[in-house]
Amino acid sequence: MSRSHAIPQGHPSIAPSIAVELSQAAVSFGKPGKTVAALQETNLRIAAGEFVALVGPSGCGKSTILRLTAGLLNPTRGAVIVGGREVGAKALRIGMAFQNPTMLPWLTIERNVMLPLKIVRPFRSDYRAKRRTEFRDRVHALLADVGLDKFANHYPWQLSGGMLQRANLCRALIHEPSLLLLDEPFGALDQFTREELWGTMQSLWLKRKPTVLLITHDLKEAGFLASRICVMSARPGRIIDDSAVDFPRPRTVDMTFDADFVALNQRLRDLIIDARSDAAIQGA
Amino acid sequence: MSYDLRRRLWAALLILGFFAAWEILCLVLQVSDLVLPRPTQVFATLAARFGILLPHVMQTLWTTMIGFVLGVTVGVVIGAAIGVSRTAYDTVYPLLIGFSSIPKVAVVPIFVLWFGSGATPAILTALAMCFFPIVVNIATGLATTEPELEDVLKSLGASRLDILWNVGLPRTMPFFFASLKIAVTFAFVGSVLSETVASNKGIGNVMMTASSNFDVPLVFAGLFLLAALGILLYVAFSLVEARVTGWATRRQGFASA
Repeated sequence: MSRSHAIPQGHPSIAPSIAVELSQAAVSFGKPGKTVAALQETNLRIAAGEFVALVGPSGCGKSTILRLTAGLLNPTRGAVIVGGREVGAKALRIGMAFQNPTMLPWLTIERNVMLPLKIVRPFRSDYRAKRRTEFRDRVHALLADVGLDKFANHYPWQLSGGMLQRANLCRALIHEPSLLLLDEPFGALDQFTREELWGTMQSLWLKRKPTVLLITHDLKEAGFLASRICVMSARPGRIIDDSAVDFPRPRTVDMTFDADFVALNQRLRDLIIDARSDAAIQGA
Repeated sequence: MSYDLRRRLWAALLILGFFAAWEILCLVLQVSDLVLPRPTQVFATLAARFGILLPHVMQTLWTTMIGFVLGVTVGVVIGAAIGVSRTAYDTVYPLLIGFSSIPKVAVVPIFVLWFGSGATPAILTALAMCFFPIVVNIATGLATTEPELEDVLKSLGASRLDILWNVGLPRTMPFFFASLKIAVTFAFVGSVLSETVASNKGIGNVMMTASSNFDVPLVFAGLFLLAALGILLYVAFSLVEARVTGWATRRQGFASA
């Protein structure tokens, strides 16, 4: 396992393979003169097609980084460049999934997954014409990939938590985003369902290769899925460790018991425990 | 016997029992029909004078419905505005609460002063009575949209209108229909209230005239008519509600439909 990541250095405009770049991006909330820092000056580069996991103590600013990348939040200082442009210009097509699947209860799973096609250009102009034909077939193909094809016409409350989270992933992917942002998508699931969904997520990623930024508390999950793991310090967060994960793919749950994997887990765990205790000392 | 049927049977028995008890008590205690007529007398009056009552029923019904439709329109627009915009909420809400706390009886004379007696004050009173529950319910429905879902849609480039149309309004439908059922009965109260004060037509007016003539059975006939109309409209909106927002009650029938 190599500690440094092989990302070409250079300006984003001449390096189109950079999907996301945070340069000295910092966020603080509150009124002028009485601000609370949520994120310290952070530099982060994600190459196109990379699967990056972001781990760290709770409240450290992981979600802030995600929201910055999604363009839902503007940095107080510094810049966030997504797809070679300042965020907000919508240079990249983005898909998002949270821990809460937020399926709309009045729509079937099929229509829920189709929702982005109703909103994102260029699909939205064809929505009325294609929702019963081409779009429907696309949704069904994607649902089949996650094993939900038989549930397309069910309503969300008829599905289990794991199934809803599969549908949630489908909704995040249906418009073929080149950047996928996941905020603890498997956090509320039981251990076995979670491990099952890691497999689903991995095969979805291997098939489509979007750039992924995954926020998680589960170090095993990060090791299983990510090609690179960034560790953050306690609030106000900054990235304190950045390492590539080279295990061969497709990875299996059995692999998570290998000595190498356990060692990686241990190392990440120690880093986060240190970060937590540092924060406790500063707070005291 | 199915549970549903049994429930309905009990409801019907309660209504019949209520009228039977009323009838028997009046007979046993020898209550004068100037004080409390027996249900049979009321129904007899209804049957005998139905021809004369019908135009009044129609008058009350149409003023109520116009007031109701206007009230719903006003309610939806204000409710949507304050549900979507925090600024609108902060600005408009205090005034709305002030307005809704005014007893509407006090407003009728003002409407009469402005528009004369007749249908116009009845419509306006119905409107004033029924728009507030709609405002509150629409605003609540819109305010309960999950923030995560809003983030997902915003990151897709959805406009506020997209979010309102695809998420906010459908989510509001159960609240909306619940408020419609309340609003329609309120609209009735409003129009009848106005008719009793200033109109020469409508059930409210009939009841006022009848009570000053000591024609108590006719007063009660008016009451019965109002109750019947109220139930009719309530049922109508319940049926529409069940069709449109069945998802909110997780009915099996809705899921398989």
